[in-house]
Amino acid sequence: MYNASDLRKNLRLMIEDDPYIVVDFQFVKPGKGQSLYRCKLRNMLTGSIIDRTFREVDSFKPADTQEKTMQYLYKEGDAYHFMDNENYEQIAMTEEQVGDAKNFLIDNMECKVLFFRDRPIDITLPNFVDVVVTEAPPWIKGDTVSGNYKPVIVETGYKVSVPPFVEQGEKIRIDTRTGDYLTRVKE
Amino acid sequence: MTADWKLETRHRALEMRADVLHATRAFFLSRDYLEVETPNRIPFPLPESHIDAVPAGEWWLHPSPELCMKRMLAAGYERIFQISKCYRGHERGPLHLPEFTLLEWYHVGYDYFRLMEECEDLFLYVSGALGTGRHIHYRGQQIELSKTWERLAVKEAFERYGSISLEEALAENRFEEILAVEIEPRLGSPKPTFLYDYPLVFASLARKRKVNPAVAERFEIYVGGLELANGFSELTDAGEQRARFEKENETRSDRGRPPCPMPEKFLEAISCMPESAGIALGVDRMVMLFADASSIDEVVSFTPEEL
Repeated sequence: MYNASDLRKNLRLMIEDDPYIVVDFQFVKPGKGQSLYRCKLRNMLTGSIIDRTFREVDSFKPADTQEKTMQYLYKEGDAYHFMDNENYEQIAMTEEQVGDAKNFLIDNMECKVLFFRDRPIDITLPNFVDVVVTEAPPWIKGDTVSGNYKPVIVETGYKVSVPPFVEQGEKIRIDTRTGDYLTRVKE
Repeated sequence: MTADWKLETRHRALEMRADVLHATRAFFLSRDYLEVETPNRIPFPLPESHIDAVPAGEWWLHPSPELCMKRMLAAGYERIFQISKCYRGHERGPLHLPEFTLLEWYHVGYDYFRLMEECEDLFLYVSGALGTGRHIHYRGQQIELSKTWERLAVKEAFERYGSISLEEALAENRFEEILAVEIEPRLGSPKPTFLYDYPLVFASLARKRKVNPAVAERFEIYVGGLELANGFSELTDAGEQRARFEKENETRSDRGRPPCPMPEKFLEAISCMPESAGIALGVDRMVMLFADASSIDEVVSFTPEEL
């Protein structure tokens, strides 16, 4: 069981049989009274956000979630296939279950998959991923003005803004948390 | 590259902080108060339900200077003030630091209503010294500091702003929640508010109100939703104080906190303490108010996380 004083951002807990994650958290204490913890929580199944205020006497169950290290294998139709690194069992996830992670999934990439009971509900990718630019408008020489970005498409189908000098076939690094271009990667 | 950009951005707030401290001292000296210093390290804190004192070796850092300052009142010091660092464990948020600065003052012969007037005078004095005038801006609100501030009983505040009554909130252990979430944001604008007459359980060191013994003569100052100070008419009945401390210790035990030993010297002192009123005001929050800061972090040189 968790106590209210365990609350912090990203803590996962159960509310009415659904797993929630704390997305925002504020300590409040009206003079001489008991401490309060005002939280915004996201339902990890539906994505809906709720506000809850916990008192210091409140306690709750940790979310019934389990994180596994898995390898992304390949995509077939609408199914994304992953393999458990420990027991080599394979699972398939739908595009909806994979969510935004689909933009950065590269074959054989290692990632963390969060399960609620037996159901995969979230994927955490490495913070940085290197991908090949598959489609890019040509670089007009001399166009080096900073802040002048152009859209390109990378091997996963993801569209991202990059500086004008990035060319088709080059590898770039993307921050998976923000989805932003970071740098060119020299092989 | 700057060495510490956060510290640099606080330059103006820290100048204002110094001005607030100087003006506060000048105010009390002009009223013939004695500035005192009492030990920050004490053998044991007073038994209070919801405060975690911070250990310092075998002793404790004081959560407030109340214990020692009341012993001074009992010894004949009639008007005293102190500006000191105080320490409370597990308190960290946009309005809380585990180490913070408290202004505490006591006036023999005052009751809580008389003390409220002195609070109005203090804020007007400080705003005058800072040159902000009587109209200040805080978090998008226009606030008028001139007298007379709003006086609102706790019970009435629940009726006016709460989704449930005071009685229901107490029965459901939701007093703090309703206060913090529903009521506090509505207090202290366009004029500061004195929220007063707290249920006895929330005022273990305050005198019972004669006309309504269910409440204690305690008040809090709110300006623009910000809670700034907690004052009361002092309880001078040692027998009743002992019983209240025992209750506080029971609550502590229920919540898994170790009980505090009965402060015998303190109880002895208050049995000969004259009628008086006293108040603790958060200096950091007062600076927040005048600097229009949304977080206490903006008005201190360093937060614990930055050390």
